[in-house]
Amino acid sequence: MAGERKLRVLVGKPGLDGHDRGARIIARAFRDAGFEVVYTGLHQTPEEIVQAALQEDVDMIGLSSLAGAHNYLLPRVLELLKENKAEDIALVGGGIFPDADIVTLKQMGVKELFTPGATLDDITNWVRENIKPRSL
Amino acid sequence: MNWTQKILAGDLRSVARLIRDIDDGIPEARAVLKELYPHTGRAYVIGITGSPGVGKSTLVDRMIQHLRARGKTVGILAVDPTSPFSGGAILGDRIRMQRHSTDEGVFIRSMATRGHFGGLTPSTRGAIAVLDAMGKDYILVETVGVGQDEIEIVRSAHTTLIVLIPGMGDDIQAIKAGILEVGDVFVINKCEREGAQKTRQELQMMIEMGKDRKAKGGWKPLIFMTEAVKNDGLEALMAGIEEHRGFLFKKDPAYLSEFQYSRARMELFDLVRQDVIRVIMDHLTQTGRWDHFVQELVQKKTDPYTLSEEIIARYLKTGTEPSTDRLEQAS
Repeated sequence: MAGERKLRVLVGKPGLDGHDRGARIIARAFRDAGFEVVYTGLHQTPEEIVQAALQEDVDMIGLSSLAGAHNYLLPRVLELLKENKAEDIALVGGGIFPDADIVTLKQMGVKELFTPGATLDDITNWVRENIKPRSL
Repeated sequence: MNWTQKILAGDLRSVARLIRDIDDGIPEARAVLKELYPHTGRAYVIGITGSPGVGKSTLVDRMIQHLRARGKTVGILAVDPTSPFSGGAILGDRIRMQRHSTDEGVFIRSMATRGHFGGLTPSTRGAIAVLDAMGKDYILVETVGVGQDEIEIVRSAHTTLIVLIPGMGDDIQAIKAGILEVGDVFVINKCEREGAQKTRQELQMMIEMGKDRKAKGGWKPLIFMTEAVKNDGLEALMAGIEEHRGFLFKKDPAYLSEFQYSRARMELFDLVRQDVIRVIMDHLTQTGRWDHFVQELVQKKTDPYTLSEEIIARYLKTGTEPSTDRLEQAS
């Protein structure tokens, strides 16, 4: 009863891309997996996302990107996390990413990228195995 | 700097983590809360409650805007429900307020009920204390969307707002006991909709009929019409909240001390209740006795009344009958 850590994740959509159905379905799958999901909605700047992640003390930020702006948005989120000494918050992406970009983004520090074809079970299982509630 | 000092200095990550630890029931968080307690009591706490979909989050977003325009710092606690099946939650109140995310004078935290009834979470009071100690001038607490009886918020707020929309139920709803009795300020949001005046009249009548205002120190609840999406009616609403604040702190010193006494009493009561249950349940589950008791119950070997009395007798070192001497002395 006491001292039980619950996983907290943020799900959001950065930039101008307005297709949020995927993000909502992921949020719902995370809820069903027992996580607390802070959903920040559409059209978020990297600054807004990172501030929300800090205030909400989440363990992971999951961003959906379908409109090709990932090479700016994801590195910018990583940069802001670093500026705020919050690199312990994991960043993952979901959406449409060319293979070459996946390699580069992972090198930069994005923990995982999910592309079309990944099932909800794949994604929630990955999160369960790889993201643990952070200790201070 | 230790943790307490970091909170008092307003360090964002320390505040965020402490609220998490309170939520998760981590014992160290309690030690920090003890140290913070003397530094609390400065913030003004406003509760915002009402049924799902009446516009609480949008209203809170506007309230933040107005308070910030006056140079006030604001902390927000927004509660959403936990799934009774998975234990997970989607916390979406933040969507409406997210434009304030990068404002340093604003701290927004989403919380999940985690099985708690009453509109808040078991950790809400602790979280209010943390935001208070970090120096926020105003704390806005948005409850989960509630029905008729989830009125826990009045135990923590200085001013309680009940948000309604036009056309919810007929006249009978307004004379029922429960949530409508506890509002200091009523907000009829989405007031551009048909039936707003009728809703206002019904509320007004309910307020006028309530002759006994002793419970609220003689305060007569106010009604405001807003269309939060367009920022309409917010000036008047904010002025109304300040009017209630003035009433609470200036009108009658006797009422203020009564208010503070009942606050302290409820805080202690809620904490004792929470602690007693936690201590007993932790021990029962860890020793496997709980499961054993439940099995006995399923097999009808005993009844829940006897079991509960035996548990109490064992853990609280008292007989199944309370000492009548003590009861009489206290009454």
